This record gives sequence, C-alpha cells and structure tokens, in this order.
Amino acid sequence: MADSGVAGTMMAVDSRPPGPMPPAKPPKAKSSNVGSAKADPARLYRAVRRIRRVEEEVARIYPTDKIKSPVHLSIGQEGVAVGVCDPLEPRDAVSGTYRGHATYLAKGGDLKAMIAELFGKDTGCARGKGGSMHLVDMKANVLGCSAVVGTTVPVAAGFALAQKRLGTGAVVACFLGDGASEEGCFPETLNFAALHKLPVIFVCENNGFAIHEPLAKRWATDKLCERVRTYGIPATRFADSDTLKIRAHVAKALPKMRAGGGPIFLECLTWRWREHVGPGEDYDAGFRSKAELAKWQKKDPVLLLGRKLDKKARAAIDAEIEAEIAEAIAFAEASPWPATRELFTDVFA
Amino acid sequence: MSSPKLTWPGRIEDGRRILRYVDALSEAAALEMARDEKVFLFGLDVDDHKSIQGSTRGLLEKFGKDRVFTTPLSEDAMTGIAIGAAMAGMRPIHVHIRMDFLMLCMNQIVNIASKARYMYGGQVKVPMVVRSIIGKSWGQGAQHSQALHSLFMHLPGMKVAAPSNAHDAKGCTIAAIRDDNPVLMMEHRLLYPTEAFVAEGAYVVPPGRSRVCRFGRDVTIVGVSNMVVEALRAAELLAEAGVSAEVIDPIWLAPLDSETIVESARRTRKVLIADNGWLNCGASAEIAARLAEALAGEGPIQIRRVGFAPTPCPPSPELENAFYPNPGTIAAAAYALAKPDAPAWTPDPARTKLAYQMQFKGPF
Ligand SMILES: Cc1ncc(C[n+]2csc(CCOP(=O)(O)OP(=O)(O)O)c2C)c(N)n1
Ligand SMILES: [Mg+2]
Repeated sequence: MADSGVAGTMMAVDSRPPGPMPPAKPPKAKSSNVGSAKADPARLYRAVRRIRRVEEEVARIYPTDKIKSPVHLSIGQEGVAVGVCDPLEPRDAVSGTYRGHATYLAKGGDLKAMIAELFGKDTGCARGKGGSMHLVDMKANVLGCSAVVGTTVPVAAGFALAQKRLGTGAVVACFLGDGASEEGCFPETLNFAALHKLPVIFVCENNGFAIHEPLAKRWATDKLCERVRTYGIPATRFADSDTLKIRAHVAKALPKMRAGGGPIFLECLTWRWREHVGPGEDYDAGFRSKAELAKWQKKDPVLLLGRKLDKKARAAIDAEIEAEIAEAIAFAEASPWPATRELFTDVFA
Repeated sequence: MSSPKLTWPGRIEDGRRILRYVDALSEAAALEMARDEKVFLFGLDVDDHKSIQGSTRGLLEKFGKDRVFTTPLSEDAMTGIAIGAAMAGMRPIHVHIRMDFLMLCMNQIVNIASKARYMYGGQVKVPMVVRSIIGKSWGQGAQHSQALHSLFMHLPGMKVAAPSNAHDAKGCTIAAIRDDNPVLMMEHRLLYPTEAFVAEGAYVVPPGRSRVCRFGRDVTIVGVSNMVVEALRAAELLAEAGVSAEVIDPIWLAPLDSETIVESARRTRKVLIADNGWLNCGASAEIAARLAEALAGEGPIQIRRVGFAPTPCPPSPELENAFYPNPGTIAAAAYALAKPDAPAWTPDPARTKLAYQMQFKGPF
C-alpha cells in the first residue's frame, strides 16, 4: 500500500466563495523580516516571569474569594505561550483555552483588564461577563477563550480563513490541550485547514493529563504528530518545550505561512505544576508524583531564561513586573462592579 | 465478587436513614449494577479520585474497570458508543459533569437515540441513561452553568428526569436504568449535599408522576429541579405573609404529569412556574400551555413564570444574582398573583439566602 505523499497529490483548491468577498490581496511586504528577528533573552525572560508572577498572585488572592471564577493556572507551561507568541506581530491572533492566562498575556492582552475580569469588575476585559475561562482582548488579537474543550479550534481556523481572504498576511496561533485533540472538531479542522492552506499554527500543549486522566487512558498511541502529518501538515514535537526552540521554529515558519504556505502543528510536551482548576497542588491525590514535578522544574522556563541574564538585569525586570502587577491588582480592587442593568446588554450586537 | 457494601450508611434519624443526594446517585447505580450485569457506567473522569463530585464514588472499586471507565474527550462519538451498546442489549450510563457538554452529544441523541425505536420500526431499543449536572455555583459563567432540559423535552422518544432531592435522585436513577428508552437525568450540583430520607433497597420513582410537596390554597407554585427547594422556602415566607402556597415538583419533565398540576390549578386558579432555565420555549412554557389547554373554558386562570434572565449567565457576582430566580423573587411573584390588590411585597433578602444550602428533608 503506497503512502501517497500528501503534498504531491494535493489538488489546487480555489477556496474563494462566490459571494462579494474582496479578492485575496498579496500579503503585506512588512512580514518578511519578522521571522529573522532575533530572540531577545531579556524580553523572553520578562514575558515568562511576568506570567508566572501574575498567576502566583492570582493563586494567592484566590482563597479570599475576591476572584469568584474558576482559575486554570498555566504555571510551569509559560514557555510554550511565550515561545509561540514572541515572534508574532500585533496583526497576528491567538486563540487560547480556559487555561488561557498565559496565552492572553503572551500575546499582549491587557493585564489590568484581565485581573479586573477575574474580580468580576466592570473594567474587566469581558466586563465581568466572561471570567477567567473567557479572556478576550480583540485589540491585541486575543480571540476569546472557551470553557468547552476544543470548541475554539475551528473558530481559530475560521479566523484564519478570513485573514487569507482579506489578504492581511496575518496568522492565527491556535492553542489546545492534549485532551482537546480527542474532540472530533480537532481532526475535522486539521483537514479543512490543510485543504484550504489556512495560516494556522496549531499548538498542542501536551501536559500529559486531561484533568486527572493520563494519556495512557485516552490515547491508543501517542503518535500525535504522525496523525497530524497524514493531513499534510508539518508537525514538530518539542519534548521539553524549550522556549527558545519553540520561538525559533515559529519565527522560521512565519514568512512561508504569511505567503500562503498553510498550517503547521507543534506538539509541546509540558507540565502543569498546579491542580487542574484552583490555586493549589494535587500531588497528594495519587495520580502523579512530586518526583515528576521536580524533573519538570529543572526545565522551568523562568529559571532557564533567567540564567541567560546577569543578576542585576534580572532584578530590574523583576522589580518592574512586581510594580506592574501591584498596579493591576489595585486597579481591579478599585474598579466598580458592573451596574445591574448590564446583565441585559450585549445579548445581541 | 467479594461483595463490598452497595449501600451508603448515611445517618439515622427517627429510625430512618438520611442520605445525601450525591450518595443516593451512586447507591442507585451500585444496586442496579449488582442486579444487572448489563449495566455499565462510563464518561469523562467517572473513575478518578473526585468521582464526578462524589456521585460515582465507590463504583470502580465495586465493579472494576471494565464496567466503570473514563473516555477520551469525545462526547459525540461516546454517545454513539452508548447507543450501539444499548442496541446490543447493554444498559450504559453515560455521565457528564456539566450539562453544557451535552451539546456535543446532540446529534447522536436527537438523530439516533431518541428515534431509533421508531425509525427502525420497533426492531431495536436504546435503554441508555445520560446523566448530566447543572454546574451552577458562583462564577461558573456562560458555559458551565446551563440548564438545557427543554432541548431534550422537545424530543419524542426521550425521557427527562430532574430530581430535586436525594429520594428522587435514587428512585429516578433506578427507573432510568430500568427504562427501555433513552433517559436524560438532569441533576443539580447545589443539590448534591442536600439530604432526604432514602430507603436502603432499590425502588423507582417512575416517569410521569408529579408530587405535591406542600399543600396550599391560594397559589400553586411549580418548581423545576432546585427551584423546588427554593419554592418551598418561598412558601414558608409566603405563609408568614398570609399566603398559602401549594408546591408541586414534576420530578419527570418528560413524560410530564401535568394532571397533578392541573388539579391544583383548578382549585387555586393561580399558578407560578419557577424554572431553573430560560423561559422562551422552556419547561415553563410547556407547563403553561398545558394548563391553558386543560383549563380552557373553566373560568379565569392566571399564570406567571420566573426563570433565568434572557441572557447568558455572567460570572460577576451582582449580575449573577440578578440572573437567577431565588426564593425572594419566587415569593414576590407568587404574592402578587395571590394578592393582586395588595401592595407589592418582597421578603427580607437575608431570609431568602440560605435555601441552596438548607438541608432538605422533604415530606417523604
Ligand atoms: C467538551 C468538554 N468536555 C469535558 C470538559 C471537562 N473538562 C474541562 S478541562 C478538561 C481536560 C482538558 O484537558 P486538556 O485539553 O489536555 O487541557 P489541560 O486542562 O490539560 O490544559 C475536561 C475534560 C469540558 N470542559 N468540555
Ligand atoms: Mg492536558
């Protein structure tokens, strides 16, 4: 049985609808130098450290009940979001999950509006109507997050379809968990995105668990990249989710994607340090061990990127981050609640 | 099998056992699984240490991993798996920790499960149970708190139970497992810790029988799921304000015993329906329509409804409070119905707050 080289047999597809959509424009020239932009260790350290500290503060505040919204922390996984988002431009979009704080912040989502959203305040990014699981910042091209696993995957691809039609040259980074890859809409979207050569960077944050269930109880084989490749999508596995490697990979892929090269897929093996939902840990529950945590803590992106800076540079960045977070929390605290009539606004556009 | 105990100890009061709703659910499954080897229970996370907020606790230990198992995140296909197994004579129980996730099962439920019997000319039956939980608690937001029972009530061939207390949780579950049709169970997370007298053996709370939970003269209140608990609290407050409210729990929404509701309305002529869902095309609309049809020509009748605000559910506390009905809004609406000429009355909010957590023993 011959394994047909997918790319070779792919038919040319005219994906333009017959309707009044504008014809595809060539991507803007500006995109060409993006992929070669250098990784800046200070900027990357700042980004991972900032996410880490924001989430640690969220965990600290959580028991006071000021945050009445279930939080799914990314602590330990920050390097994936930052590695993917760092080489992106403002015009590019990200689509995150309910475990979305890291993605939101890495793509430039507003920190004050995020904390205010967690507090349920009127100044929140979704005006108190979303909560932690539905962060959104369309100004920064952070597409809204969904709490129903997998649902955002085709939505992200649809956003990418529009970018292609509109000729913006923008790409969409679509984050999903290992669990989300089991939903039917995931392979359905892969197929469509490959067929229509959509500019989507699929990023699977494979942390080995869906809530408490390990991969071994959910996957017949762990050859996720192989599965994806059968659609003709280049797939790459990052065994330790090194921020710099992920960043370099995405930066290199971007120019081709902007020029219509189609989707790529990244499987990033990572580890959630905290419990599935909530501020605590879950190592006493018996389904995973502290020894494994220790192994992953050696690959801590904050630690590894921090080592690339001298002590003084690091301290300066840390101080800036602390001030910014303190300001964001104070902003959320001082912000007003939404007025009760706001319950009824924005049901329709 | 070396037999671990199937029933929960609960606690004894007046010589009778009191059990929590959550334990009643797992006890019902345990008794039926012991009775009938064809019963199995599966769904995301049913076998982990949190055991679906405790509602599947002990089942893995009692029945092993062939009969109690988790699945990939593939609700659509897993629903089809349940249907196929049921067609082959098994009795699957498919569990979902949030009712919202049933939206991924809709095609299989609507297009196969509910109509296979009919569409295949009576050659097959689909005896499956879909257990789902309304996830309401603070801050769950738009996609983790929905009560979508009316979507399923719409379907011929589908049965829907919404037990409001531990006694019915057990009896409905057993009835659902023994039923030869697909049955949707709508449970409520906030009811899980509530207690009621629950007999130790197996018993059924059969489809199509409502219960009058409290007798009254002036107004009939029909509550759905947790709204029964809130309506009972409202009735206590109404009694203090001189209004005698009858409270009815339909228990099963499909088939719906509207006779009991009609009988009550025939006496009170005033009906308030408190649903834990949206009003548009909801359970309350169905109940109201049946009342109007049954009582047409018998003189004036007034019907009012309370339910979710016509919006998605917001997590911000103030907005969330305004979104949900509560014993205060139920009592105020019932009072206005019962005493149209009196000035509007609302109970002291401090006295309406505890209903969710109040331990509910019920008159049964
Ligand atoms: C469709 C759907 N099914 C089930 C759930 C319950 N649930 C919430 S998170 C989760 C695990 C998802 O795992 P994964 O995609 O690996 O993401 P992670 O939480 O590990 O980041 C499950 C099963 C859900 N939210 N949506
Ligand atoms: Mg995971």
